[in-house]
Amino acid sequence: MASLPPKHRLQSSAADSAATGQHEHHRPRGLMRWVLTTNHKEIGTLYLIFSLTMFLIGGVFALVVRAELFQPGLQLVQPEFFNQMTTMHGLIMVFGAVMPAFVGLANWMVPLQIGAPDMALPRLNNFSFWLLPIAFTLMLSTLFMPGGAPNFGWTFYAPLSTTYAPPSTTFFILSLHIAGISSILGAINIIATILNLRAPGMRMMDMTLFVWTWLITAFLLIAVMPVLAGVVTMMLMDINFGTSFFNAGGGGDPVLFQHLFWFFGHPEVYIMILPAFGIVSVIIPTFARKRLFGYASMVYATASIAILSFLVWAHHMFVVGLPLVAELFFMYSTMLIAVPTGVKVFNWITTLFRGSISFEPAMLFAIAFVVLFTIGGFSGLMLAISPADFQYHDTYFVVAHFHYVLVPGAVFSIMAAVYYWLPKWTGHYPHLRLSQWHFWLSVIGVNLTFFPMHFSGLAGMPRRIPDYSLQFADFNMVSSIGAFMFGLSQLLFVVIVIMCVRGGKTAPAKAWDGAEDLEWTVPSPAPLHTFEHPPQYRPVEH
Amino acid sequence: MVNVVEDRRPQVRRTVIKTLVVLAGMCVFAFALVPLYDVFCQVTGLNGKTASSAQSLVHQEVDDERTVTMQFVTRGAAGLPWRLEVEERQIRVHPGQSAEVHFTFRNLGERSLVARAVPSVTPSPASLHLRKLVCFCFENQRLAAGESFTAPLVFQLTRDLPPEIKAVTLVYTLYPQENDTVTAAMPDDGKHIDAVATRRWADRSSGGET
Repeated sequence: MASLPPKHRLQSSAADSAATGQHEHHRPRGLMRWVLTTNHKEIGTLYLIFSLTMFLIGGVFALVVRAELFQPGLQLVQPEFFNQMTTMHGLIMVFGAVMPAFVGLANWMVPLQIGAPDMALPRLNNFSFWLLPIAFTLMLSTLFMPGGAPNFGWTFYAPLSTTYAPPSTTFFILSLHIAGISSILGAINIIATILNLRAPGMRMMDMTLFVWTWLITAFLLIAVMPVLAGVVTMMLMDINFGTSFFNAGGGGDPVLFQHLFWFFGHPEVYIMILPAFGIVSVIIPTFARKRLFGYASMVYATASIAILSFLVWAHHMFVVGLPLVAELFFMYSTMLIAVPTGVKVFNWITTLFRGSISFEPAMLFAIAFVVLFTIGGFSGLMLAISPADFQYHDTYFVVAHFHYVLVPGAVFSIMAAVYYWLPKWTGHYPHLRLSQWHFWLSVIGVNLTFFPMHFSGLAGMPRRIPDYSLQFADFNMVSSIGAFMFGLSQLLFVVIVIMCVRGGKTAPAKAWDGAEDLEWTVPSPAPLHTFEHPPQYRPVEH
Repeated sequence: MVNVVEDRRPQVRRTVIKTLVVLAGMCVFAFALVPLYDVFCQVTGLNGKTASSAQSLVHQEVDDERTVTMQFVTRGAAGLPWRLEVEERQIRVHPGQSAEVHFTFRNLGERSLVARAVPSVTPSPASLHLRKLVCFCFENQRLAAGESFTAPLVFQLTRDLPPEIKAVTLVYTLYPQENDTVTAAMPDDGKHIDAVATRRWADRSSGGET
């Protein structure tokens, strides 16, 4: 998303320029420079551009869904295509937009925040990025295949995704494998970087929360991506090689699929939110001009959420016929997650308390994150109540819940991060007035879209259905209007980013006066190579 | 850049090796979850599966004090022109007592097909206490076009059935099978009577064509 740091701005000592100068002469130019780059900033930029592209494509799919649901009855698309749109929207947004965006931010900011010259494994970094366009080209190509794209929802429950799946499912499995390898390699790289390349004097408990949350997220990725790979491999074998992992007719069990999927799937949803916690924990202290309240408790809360995420998976499956003991166990363990999450929200609010707050665009998005993510958290608590979930299961209430934690949660945190670090990436501040417009249109659009879904869900409207009873018409019309408002306002975001890359008010090295982390000690825009001599880190007490 | 990264090369390598070991462990774990799940379900009876081969009768005194309702539900499969019917949808049995119910398979289609009736028990804890002495579900069935075939289910609910279970539902769902996979089930504990029974019911000519 950011412009490339111009090469003539390289600011390094004479010895460095001699060393890197030679290196520079052999750098490929033009397109091949991007294909072959091993620079963490360039790869971070590629990740962010890729993620923005996927965000817009997945957004178009969502708008097809919302356009069809604008009125009851079938107007625009056939139910089969509607199902493909809901499925592809979910898959693209989860695996193509949110996850790569966080990896991109990690690539850009982790080395800068820990005072490292680059990622620990730069070539692997290049490889993990370039797997992604391959994976998602493959996934999107299924839309043009006979039988259409996957149509079984992003959770691809068997036997819907095996016995009754379109032929393109095999391509979908391959693309998930490739995207999974990319995530795993990215995670290994991030762990190796954080554990080994910190500036001298920087202890683990000196790292910013963004680095901490990403370290924990990377461990989650290593732990659960193999399970996803295993599940899709079993699907592949059921479809093509006559095994019966999930086929009851051959002695398998479809419920096993759900257990395996959610054993991956629940940590996966924390993979999409923990880095968001980190971003918000960095932005709020900056614009409240106070140190983060409860730094250590934030770290421990993040770790507890990560550990608990392995113990709650069956709360997605309350209605499969679990025994009472399991219903109770998963209900209580799920509710337990509210405790560390509550610690975090408490710390953010306490950081704001009596702070000297200013409302830059990054801060607006961060505050909206805290408020709206908490709404999503509360609806999550409602869903955790097993007997209540029997009522809410597979209704729009669930859709409202996870969109509240993912859109004004994960996506808003990414936007906050972009507004926060754009001055560092491009050397320019984003256009203030337009950014504020973008924020207000987004926040109103998001709430118009997703808040009525709570009501339509409680009234009994089922998910993933292209048509609905007349009593849901008003809620759906409001949702669709909000969705188009939110979707179109993201075009404004694209305009703001492009404008910021091309020019604007020049940013100094320390672009925000309350920003204290290491990245603000390098010039803006950050030169291609930074911290070639590791900075001596002065511990700040947290 | 060169010096710092080069200096830390051994540490980075160690970290990478450790993460790769964890990764490999999780890959193995993912596939190990399948047999683990099966064992877990078998021990706890959680997914309502019954034994896949004939079991022997447990000789125990019939508990006349308790009566349990045994319900039978049959379901067809999409794309399989078969019908599975049970002579009595519901019977009442005492724990410890063995009982026999007849099921009739009918192929309404126009060609010979193979299918299997897959059982499931609700509530699932009851599956641990349901013993099947004779069952058509241990093997695939082949029926010619228009053919029908009646087979018995001989079962026993053992006396250790939890007292709160008043009714047990046994569902048979038909699943189409590959045409060349008619398998004969082997009795698990080599009880002579079961082997004979299984052979008898597997034999189409004595199966009672109607």
